[in-house]
Amino acid sequence: MSALATAPAHDHHDDHGHHHKETFITKYIFSTDHKMIAKQYLITGLLMGIVGIGMSILFRIQLAWPEESFWVFEALLGERWAPEGVMSPSIYLALVTIHGTIMVFFVLTAGLSGTFSNLLIPLQIGARDMASGFLNMVSYWLFFLSSVIMLCSLFVESGPAMAGWTIYPPLSALPQAISGSGTGMTLWLVSMAIFIASSLLGSLNYIVTVLNLRTAGMSMTRLPLTIWAFFVTAIIGVVSFPVLLSAALLLIMDRSFGTSFFLSDIFIKGEVLSHQGGSPVLFEHLFWFLGHPEVYIVLLPALGITSEIIATNSRKPIFGYRAMVASILAIAFLSTIVWGHHMFVSGMNPFLGSVFTFTTLLIAIPSAVKAFNYITTLWKGNLQMNPGMLFSIGLVSTFITGGLTGIILGDSTLDINVHDTYFVVAHFHLVMGISALYGLFAGVYHWFPKMFGRMMNKNLGYIHFWVTAVGAYGVFFPMHFIGIAGLPRRYYTNTSFPYFDDYADVNVIITVAAIITALVQLVFIYNFFSSMFYGKKAVMNPWRSNTLEWTTPVKHVHGNWPGAIPSVYRWPYDYSKTGEDGEYVIAGQDFVPQTTPLQEGEEELNH
Amino acid sequence: MTVFLVIIVLALLAVTGWQISKIFQLSKGSDEDTSQVANDKDNRTHGILMLAFVIFLYVITIFCFWEYSKFYLPEAASEHGSEYDTLMFVSIGLIMFVQIITQGLLHYFAFKYKGKKTQKALFYADNDKLEFIWTIIPVITLAGLIIYGLFTWSDIMNINEDEDPLVIEVYAYQFDWRARYSGEDNTLGKANVRFIEGVNQLGVDESDSYGKDDVITTELHLPVDRPVLFKFRSQDVLHSAYFPFFRAQMNVVPGMITQFGFTPTITSEEMRESEYMRDKVKSVNEVRNERNEVLRAQGEATLDEYEFEYFLLCNKICGQAHYNMQMKIVVESEEDFNAWMAEQPTFGSTMEESSQNVDRPEDTAGNGTPEAMQEDSEGQMETENAPEGENAVASVE
Repeated sequence: MSALATAPAHDHHDDHGHHHKETFITKYIFSTDHKMIAKQYLITGLLMGIVGIGMSILFRIQLAWPEESFWVFEALLGERWAPEGVMSPSIYLALVTIHGTIMVFFVLTAGLSGTFSNLLIPLQIGARDMASGFLNMVSYWLFFLSSVIMLCSLFVESGPAMAGWTIYPPLSALPQAISGSGTGMTLWLVSMAIFIASSLLGSLNYIVTVLNLRTAGMSMTRLPLTIWAFFVTAIIGVVSFPVLLSAALLLIMDRSFGTSFFLSDIFIKGEVLSHQGGSPVLFEHLFWFLGHPEVYIVLLPALGITSEIIATNSRKPIFGYRAMVASILAIAFLSTIVWGHHMFVSGMNPFLGSVFTFTTLLIAIPSAVKAFNYITTLWKGNLQMNPGMLFSIGLVSTFITGGLTGIILGDSTLDINVHDTYFVVAHFHLVMGISALYGLFAGVYHWFPKMFGRMMNKNLGYIHFWVTAVGAYGVFFPMHFIGIAGLPRRYYTNTSFPYFDDYADVNVIITVAAIITALVQLVFIYNFFSSMFYGKKAVMNPWRSNTLEWTTPVKHVHGNWPGAIPSVYRWPYDYSKTGEDGEYVIAGQDFVPQTTPLQEGEEELNH
Repeated sequence: MTVFLVIIVLALLAVTGWQISKIFQLSKGSDEDTSQVANDKDNRTHGILMLAFVIFLYVITIFCFWEYSKFYLPEAASEHGSEYDTLMFVSIGLIMFVQIITQGLLHYFAFKYKGKKTQKALFYADNDKLEFIWTIIPVITLAGLIIYGLFTWSDIMNINEDEDPLVIEVYAYQFDWRARYSGEDNTLGKANVRFIEGVNQLGVDESDSYGKDDVITTELHLPVDRPVLFKFRSQDVLHSAYFPFFRAQMNVVPGMITQFGFTPTITSEEMRESEYMRDKVKSVNEVRNERNEVLRAQGEATLDEYEFEYFLLCNKICGQAHYNMQMKIVVESEEDFNAWMAEQPTFGSTMEESSQNVDRPEDTAGNGTPEAMQEDSEGQMETENAPEGENAVASVE
């Protein structure tokens, strides 16, 4: 089958080469081909991920063995930030800040959504490329530029941004308050402004492509759930990212031009500042108006990827397709009206707190529907335990665990005493951090053959999954308990409070688990890069999947399909569909690709 | 203990690794399968591991509840705190119930329906009734939780001014706290950072007569069973006043005054003598003694014996010493509180004293930290006897 699939593709590719002269630069660097751009996003995202996870290991070491000397600090942070190998409090806050920023925006927004939206939207809807290949290229390069600026800010003399990834003013506005709020914060803001521009260009492109470039027969209700997720994610992005841009611009003005949007009545370092009448609470509103939808911008693509992978590997249709789409839409809508649950104790009117509690707990309903539907999809399936499938099941597991604690944090009353403690850290890492990372890994294992024409090593994938799964719970499960015991987050050390002394053991366990989990990611990185060159050559449809991307040749061609774009005759989840006689629709094959017309006597279910 | 736990974690990982190496060998068996797509053997192994994983999840859950639930804060020391704790336990009970069931189903199905060549999956795309059931169950449960939560929330947040609460300002700056009691009139004098000068470190408006009897302290003393209304003010950046033992928290925002009220119900003394706290202090001191042995061996200063005091801590990232921004809280009987209060200098007297000392610049310079303002009560006696001081008060009034 492999030979059959690849041979004609190869011919066509050579043929294709005669049309446009492709140089190294147009093919690998300033490429307008969505598949190449997806790979660029993925590799940039993975590199940023190495930086982000590495930082978390550094500050976890400090938390487990506070104020002790480590050569690794001295080597990586230098004499200035780690005198005699002891991490300084400022750089601790900087590491926490940049870890958050990189993981949320650069890895999970760009690395996950950027990669798979680019790769899958044209391939799964049956389009030759994005609506605008050029804008798509600009989007990637703006992302690249913002990554470079963010990394540059690490080398600034006064240190990178240190005000937390939420950069609440006045701390982020006043270099007198913390050294990272000088040049470091300026670079952070510039980098994020460029990042937002990149994200908006990308999102607009995704929306237009999904709306206009679907192939014949691909109605909205025949879209794979991946596309629904990417499409809705792009809409949330377009609605909410501009608000963060305005917050960033106002903050830049407060910092550089003496305006008072967020600052008022401040006395610092022996002098009164002239700012009057601004409010930090306004910034919090603007920030979380993006910040909360951002959680779903990160999570929805992961859930979309999981839906597709679970259905394929269960050899069963996803259970409740319409309910899944409705849940995505409901989550998207609700996600824009729940931001206040980050601000229950911000000084906001308590009545507003009640409203946000109400909307926040509502969002648990579509989330619960999704979780139940995944579980039902597994029921009576024929589960193929590929690494992508394992990560998808892992995602459902962490999504449930992390989602449930959201019921506690979303309740304004209960939030009072666990706000900004390790309970919050445990909650959001499980529900958006780990879950979205699992989505990313699942997607990479599943679509690696499509991206690079080779298979990843499954055994390394299994090691990667199991150690990560145990390790991730080992890191974040105990955190709930120290959080609920009142341990605040973002503390350089807990030794100033003897009351917290007996939690020190837990911090050691967490750090050990974190180090092991981080180390096993090296197995993934090795598997990824070695499979790229030495992996087993992939066949056209290795997972026996229904969606359109598996009808394209293994060897990439500009325009995706060598001949005409295929038409679509059915939804993408006809796995193990049988006729009335109990036989598969296509004899001997438990899947029916979307390009297969309805067979004689077959009924199209109205999903 | 730590070592033991680390060993458990390592052992579990070793078992995982060992199992996986077996998979390696198995997959390289006679019928060499290099397709990198899961075969029946993989499905079997990982189906079983899924079952093992959910058992691991249950074990880690039981372990954490067994070992770590003792970390849960002691009985709430405030009136609304018991309501808070009840709601917390109801919510945790509920989510743990859902957690155990759903994780069990998820992993059990992954085990039960692991793929085989001969197996046929069931084409099962929809069931409106089922979906309706699991939409409506969360709706009802959450409606209950929302209503319960909102009643508690409005109970806590709507401050009843009729009960004549004791008004106290909690003042935050990088990296410490001050408390300003409103004095006999129970009304705080006006204040703004623009009035900060010399010993007037909190920027209280000297021309406001309400401020004269205000009392500024470095410790927060609260009379037991009397409602307290806190007004929070920040001098520089965002802080958050977190009172874990009282189940209370409010951000401290520069440029605005935020508030939170509660009634402390357990004195520091009572809390220290509770069974929970004796155990807690014992276990903390064990940890400290272990550490002291190491310190002694290195010839460094040892840690003090720990004795429990309530504390208030900063819980919003506020700068590099954020991790050590705390204030001691003492809850005591009304008499003890009054006795303590009588020893504290009022704002008016402090200002008078400083104006008297104006020709002694080394005292009035104001080192930039409110510590400078901490005067002992002897100084206060002198100023009270000074006639010029009284005139000064009269002229302002």
